[in-house]
Amino acid sequence: MSAIGLVWPNLGRKPVRTALTLMSLLVAFVLFTYLRAIAVAFTSGGFGEAGIDRLVVSPKYSIIDPLPINHQRSIATVPGVEAVTHADWFGGIYQEPRNFFPKFPVDPEGYFAIYSELVIAPEQLAAFRDTRTGAVVSAGLAERFGWKIGDRIPIEGDIYPKRGGSRLWEFDLVGIYRGRPDDTDPGVFLFQYDYFDEARQFGHGGVGWFIVRVGDPEKAAEIASAIDAMFENSINATRTATEDDSQREFAKQFGNIGLITTGILGAVFFTILLLTANTMAQALRDRIPELAVLKTFGFTDGTVGSLVLVEAILLCVAGGALGIGLAAGVQGFLSVYLEPVIGPIAVDWPIIAQGLALAVLLGAIVGCVPAFSAWRLTIVDALRERQA
Amino acid sequence: MPIVSLKEVAKSYRKGREVIDVLDGIDLDIEEGDFLALMGPSGSGKTTLLNLIGGLDNPTVGSVVVGGQALGDLSGRALARWRSRNIGFVFQFYNLLPVLNAQRNVELPLLLTNLSGAQRRKNAQTALMIVGLDDRASHKPGELSGGQQQRVAIARAIVADPALLVCDEPTGDLDRETAEEILDLLGILNREHGKTVIMVTHDPKAADHASHILHLDKGQLVEQAA
Repeated sequence: MSAIGLVWPNLGRKPVRTALTLMSLLVAFVLFTYLRAIAVAFTSGGFGEAGIDRLVVSPKYSIIDPLPINHQRSIATVPGVEAVTHADWFGGIYQEPRNFFPKFPVDPEGYFAIYSELVIAPEQLAAFRDTRTGAVVSAGLAERFGWKIGDRIPIEGDIYPKRGGSRLWEFDLVGIYRGRPDDTDPGVFLFQYDYFDEARQFGHGGVGWFIVRVGDPEKAAEIASAIDAMFENSINATRTATEDDSQREFAKQFGNIGLITTGILGAVFFTILLLTANTMAQALRDRIPELAVLKTFGFTDGTVGSLVLVEAILLCVAGGALGIGLAAGVQGFLSVYLEPVIGPIAVDWPIIAQGLALAVLLGAIVGCVPAFSAWRLTIVDALRERQA
Repeated sequence: MPIVSLKEVAKSYRKGREVIDVLDGIDLDIEEGDFLALMGPSGSGKTTLLNLIGGLDNPTVGSVVVGGQALGDLSGRALARWRSRNIGFVFQFYNLLPVLNAQRNVELPLLLTNLSGAQRRKNAQTALMIVGLDDRASHKPGELSGGQQQRVAIARAIVADPALLVCDEPTGDLDRETAEEILDLLGILNREHGKTVIMVTHDPKAADHASHILHLDKGQLVEQAA
């Protein structure tokens, strides 16, 4: 046993109190880990190297204003543009609203040609192209809902009713694609734009956005300007940005995610700080005579204060590590629901390091007052209290 | 040369605006190998005198020299270091750490030394053997009787082999039979291991185990009996 070895047994002195404090810390750090991962996913774009040569052309003023599909031909003429395709936001509900996943009407071959990181068997892509009501889904979505090729999938069109007023859209699952290289599941339901445009009640000839592949990513800004200049005086003006920037812009429409998460975490950790500080203060009060006895043996004021401080830090780091570990262990749960909306979510090493640093800081803050009290404790007064 | 020498020692406390004189004009020499009982009514200054001798407190006036070291010359850190090497403390309420077993409680004072872990464990075992509790080494204080806990506390007091044991009412929380066992143990440490023992007690029967008895009243030594 070493002097520092005195700390660990002390945490087991009041097991219920320690367990409850650890639980509070665990919950706080699970929240921290998830919210940081979400904030990072929101602000990082998330497409990485795969999207480096892609631009997204969106309506300049509002994402709910469609762009005419005829823009595609014009965009394709801009020097440096290698390929153009389009997509739209369908909305739609599968069985019930909580089964959320994005659904895009697309041009099958054009879409998969530009999103080269999406892998689909050639025969399934051909079936997608040739089947009017065909749809393809990511492997993650198929697994989530137990879909297999040949299934008919009904979707309620909450934005787009069909001609005649029916809101029931039915699609035939003809393919399952995967994301590469890191198996990130895009979680998107893709179906034929032609079928969608012909069957919908309104909005014919419009698309939500264009995706452009450029030959030289270093010229992306120049090409984006050229595209926007082309439509500057049109009633369907555009705003073109790289795919990552575009996703950040999209995320901003939810609000300042960084500020929101910081606010939530601030409130959570302030509460935890008060709770843990109270626990440490109680722990100190319980042990005043023992700390005094340590000083009688020759433990210096600094050593006794340090033991109390280390105990607080150890408690917070243990709670933090449990919370971060739990969050990392079940991050798949979060990913299933949020990745389709905000891109890949990962509890990575920077987030883990931030969490552990926060735990140390929290421990230092909650431990500093009890440590100072322990440091100042006079042996005679403390032992007199014991005898009183 | 006495192991403890107090010259013109006075101690006062301030309580609000009031100054309370606890000890006044104490001159005292205690010879090495002595077993001294300090007696007196509550508030007479017994524990305060013991604290001054043990280096836990400083006199307001006068000098305290223990083992040739003037305690007033030492800084707080140096005094802590000096205590760890020269004084063993035994308290009325044992003051064992409840989360550590007997072995580890006894080992505590050795954590400040350069001894290896194995040597610390060996010394703690030896101290427990001296007090007759080597078979209870793995027991925590809550699993021991009051007398056994006080034996562990005595083992902890002697494990660093100090020359002086200061004991504040060591039998105050024990029944008569157990108290006698503890006093016998202190007597053995005094006679066979050469420890100088200074013991504060209210109990005349406990004081009978000492070779000298000092009486304190209102902060002054009023009588010395052999």
